[in-house]
Amino acid sequence: MKIKKRLPCRMPRTKTPREKYLARRRTDKITTILLQIGLLFAVIGIWELAAKLDWIDPFITSCPSRIVSVLGTIDTDELFVHIAYTLIECIVGFIAASGLGILIAVLLWRFVKLRRVLEPYIVVLNALPKIALGPIIIIWVGAGAQAIIVMTILICIIVTVISVLSAFMSVDEGKILLMRSMGATRLQILFKLILPANVPALVNMLKINVGLAWVGTIMGEYLVSTAGLGYLIIYGSQVFKMDLVMASTVILCILATVMYLAVAGVEKLTKKKYKID
Amino acid sequence: MALLDINHVDIIYQTEKSETEAVRDLSLSIDDGEFIALVGPSGCGKTTLLSMIAGLMPPTDGTITIDGQPVVTSSGNVGYMLQRDNLFEWRTIEQNVMLGLSVQKKLTPESKQYAISMLEKYGLGEFKSAYPTELSGGMRQRAALIRTLAFKPRLLLLDEPFSAVDFQTRMTVCDDVHAIIKNENKTALLVTHDISEAVSMADRIVVLTKRPATVKTVFTIDIDAPTPLKRRESPKFSYWFDRVWKEVTL
Repeated sequence: MKIKKRLPCRMPRTKTPREKYLARRRTDKITTILLQIGLLFAVIGIWELAAKLDWIDPFITSCPSRIVSVLGTIDTDELFVHIAYTLIECIVGFIAASGLGILIAVLLWRFVKLRRVLEPYIVVLNALPKIALGPIIIIWVGAGAQAIIVMTILICIIVTVISVLSAFMSVDEGKILLMRSMGATRLQILFKLILPANVPALVNMLKINVGLAWVGTIMGEYLVSTAGLGYLIIYGSQVFKMDLVMASTVILCILATVMYLAVAGVEKLTKKKYKID
Repeated sequence: MALLDINHVDIIYQTEKSETEAVRDLSLSIDDGEFIALVGPSGCGKTTLLSMIAGLMPPTDGTITIDGQPVVTSSGNVGYMLQRDNLFEWRTIEQNVMLGLSVQKKLTPESKQYAISMLEKYGLGEFKSAYPTELSGGMRQRAALIRTLAFKPRLLLLDEPFSAVDFQTRMTVCDDVHAIIKNENKTALLVTHDISEAVSMADRIVVLTKRPATVKTVFTIDIDAPTPLKRRESPKFSYWFDRVWKEVTL
C-alpha cells in the first residue's frame, strides 16, 4: 500500500509533444549562440597562439594581444577624435543619402515625364564605380570631411533611388484605383498609400544603406583625409604598423555593428506597427 | 429623373499597338434604389464602363450624368468596390473605413459616428481596432463595403466583388452585401461574369454584347424572395438563369 501511494510522485512527468518541441528549440538556440561565441574565441585563441609559437609573423599578421596593447597606448582623446570623424561622416552621409534618395524617388514617381527622361542617366550612374569620381569630388568640394560625405552620399543615393522607386511603382494598382475613385489627389495617394505601403521597403533600404555608407566613408578616407579610422588604417599600413591597422579595423567592426543594430531596432518597431511578419 | 444616365456613350482607347473600340453607343439609366447587374462575355468592356462612371476616364463620345450632373472627375458621388477588398494592411478596420472620409475631408464627429455605427450594425464592432489580416475573407469584404458606404455615395459600383473569395464564403458574403445595400437603401451597379450571382441579386440584369459593348437585352427579374440565397431556392431561379445565360452566350 505504501509503495502504491508514493508511486505517482516518483513517476517522472512525461513531457507533452509541445513541451518537447519547445525544449528542443531552446537547446538549439543556446547551442547556436555558444558556437558563435566559441568560434570568435577560437579564432582569437588560434591567432594568438600561432603568433606566440612563431607559426606566423606577428609583424605582418599582428595578433590579439598586440592589438589590445596598441589600443592601450594610443592617446584616447586622439582615438576618439578619429572615431568621431568617421562616425559623423558616415551618419551625415547616411542620413543625407537616404533622405535625398527618398525625395528624388518621390519626384520621379510623381512626374512620369521626368522619370522617362532620367531613366538612362540613372542606369549609367548606377553602373559607374562612384570611387572614380573621387578626384573630381576633391577638386570641387575640397579635401576634407565634406569630400568624404559627398562620396558616401554618391555611393548610397543611386541605389536608394532605384530601390525605393521600384517599390513605389509596385504598389497594388487596385489600391491606387480605389483612392482615385474616392477623389484622392496625387499628394493624398502619396501620403496615405504609397509611403505607408512601402515602410518595409524603406526600412530595408536603410539596412542596405548602413553597409554602403561605411563603404563610402572608408573609401573616402582612403582617398583624402587627415583624420578618421580609414585614415588610421591607411597611415598604419604605410608605416607598417599592422597592429594599428588591425586595431582600427576592429573598432570599425564594432561601430558598423552598432549602427546596423540601431537600424534593425527601427525595423522591429515598424514591424510591430505595420503588422509585418 | 434617373439617378444614373448613360447617354449614347462610345469609348475608344488607344494603345501603342492598336486602337480598341470598347463601348459603342451604349445607353442605360438606373433609378434610385435599384440593384442592376451587368453581365456579358469576358473582356467586353464592363470594367471600362465602370471606371468611366466613376469619373476615372472620360467617354470618347456621349454623356454620363449622376443626378443630372455630368460626371467629369471622381467626385465622391460614386463608391467603387473592386475585386479584391484592397484594405490597407497598416490601418485598423476603423481607420480603413474612415479612408474615404479623410480623403474627401469629410471627417466630422457625425460622419465618424455614422461609420462606426455601420461597423457595429454589421457585426464588425468588436473588430474596430483589429487589422485586416486578422479578419476572415467575408468580414474583410464587409469592411470594404462599409468603407465604400461611409462617405455616403449616391451610387455603388461593384466590380466582381466576390470573385476573390472562396465559393462557400461567396454565398454568405453575397447575402451580406445584398442585405446591407438594401438596408441602407443604396443604388448599386454590379458587374459580374457569374450569371447565378446576377440572377440572385439584381432587380434588373443588363446583358451586354461582346466588344464593342452595347446593351443587348434588359431583363427585369421578378423573383420574389428577400435574400439572394432564398432566390436561389426559388423555382423561377433556373428559368431566369437559363434565359440570361442563353442571351449572354448566343
